[in-house]
Amino acid sequence: MTDHIKTDCLIIGAGPVGLFAVFELGILGLKAEVIDNLDKIGGQCAELYPDKPIYDIPGIPVCTGQDLTDSLAKQIKPFNANIHLNQRVDELKKVGNEWEVKTSAGNKFITPNIFIAGGVGSFEPRRPPIDSILKFENNGIAYSVANKQAYTGKELVIFGGGDSALDWTVELSKIAKHITLVHRREEFKAVEHTVGLMKELVNEKKVTLLTNRQIAEANGKGKITSISIKDNDDNFSEIPCDNVLIFHGLKMELGPINNWGLNLNEKQISVSTEDFQTNLEGIFAIGDISYYPGKLKLILSGFHEATLASQTAFKRARPDENLVFRYTTSSKDIHKKLGV
Amino acid sequence: MTTIKYIEHNGKEHLVDVSNGLTVMEGAIKNKVPGIDADCGGACACATCHVYVSNDWVEKLSSKEDSEEDMLDFAFEVKKNSRLSCQITVSDELEGLVINLPEKQF
Repeated sequence: MTDHIKTDCLIIGAGPVGLFAVFELGILGLKAEVIDNLDKIGGQCAELYPDKPIYDIPGIPVCTGQDLTDSLAKQIKPFNANIHLNQRVDELKKVGNEWEVKTSAGNKFITPNIFIAGGVGSFEPRRPPIDSILKFENNGIAYSVANKQAYTGKELVIFGGGDSALDWTVELSKIAKHITLVHRREEFKAVEHTVGLMKELVNEKKVTLLTNRQIAEANGKGKITSISIKDNDDNFSEIPCDNVLIFHGLKMELGPINNWGLNLNEKQISVSTEDFQTNLEGIFAIGDISYYPGKLKLILSGFHEATLASQTAFKRARPDENLVFRYTTSSKDIHKKLGV
Repeated sequence: MTTIKYIEHNGKEHLVDVSNGLTVMEGAIKNKVPGIDADCGGACACATCHVYVSNDWVEKLSSKEDSEEDMLDFAFEVKKNSRLSCQITVSDELEGLVINLPEKQF
């Protein structure tokens, strides 16, 4: 059994707002732990638009989602916050004046403060809403590759046209018996180089490429034996297979946070604008996930929300200490914390 | 104001006056027409505002940018008349536009 990790603040979500919260908590002398369901930091910035430009970060005329993520990572480096990736929050329990949180990876945290900076929720693979497909999940149909050796010698069908679909087509072609790649159009979003490698594999007959087709049904008794696809005119065909990988991107879901007893406004969490605290004391919502009258889903608003939430978080974590407001330009104490 | 007809997958119709300059997605969200999630808020980054434009309107709309076509890869049951409604801006020319909503956003 893992021990509890005690911290001043648990931040759920390693997007720009969650990362900046590490900074604001850090200059107040508070230690934070961060968890995120993705395999990297940056949230939507890194997952949805790493290459798209952002023009409304104050003082930065233009940067990409990845640039911003990299800069924030550098800015919070002095505080050495632990970042726990590939896990989402599952359970929440009140223990005295503190909160106990358990993640899907089995980590347990005990903390007086939780910052929910979860954007629109955690990223989950898009699963086709087709009963026969859902039936074979983890039993022939998967949305990621957990152990690539499992595909050795298999007849495999891969759906998708992005980097994941193409990277795995190229990689697994080395060990699979044969791969059929199915995509809904002729053009691929994946990088050109990988598309080129895939086309070479098609010439070598290791991969069969079927475009202008989409997933329709999975067939088999107990074990998947074939997958049905259809073209743009709804003509169906069947591909015998042992395994299916579906790479239709990720979507965002609020998940277990839905059941924490927080006041919600549609898919957002209602907060007070004084300190962005929710209806549960010590639980704050900042960034896109928070809702209050006049709310705008902007990164810059999230930075402000993180800053004010940190002030109340200090009072909860250090009830016997006075919080003295200091500027980063002149405070020797802050300079010491930043190592400058 | 431009009148747009949104038809839910179950056939229920919503006639909505949408201000010019808003997107077809925003017109649905602001008027509580169900069937569009719009998780990313209109950044062409999620494909959860997928709609079918009625066939006689397909040619009349501005054509899809590459980014919209890329994102449509992530929508469910994509057809020739599929669009992301956050990428269609409402104007006088769209008076009477008919939008069919999918059974489910993916």
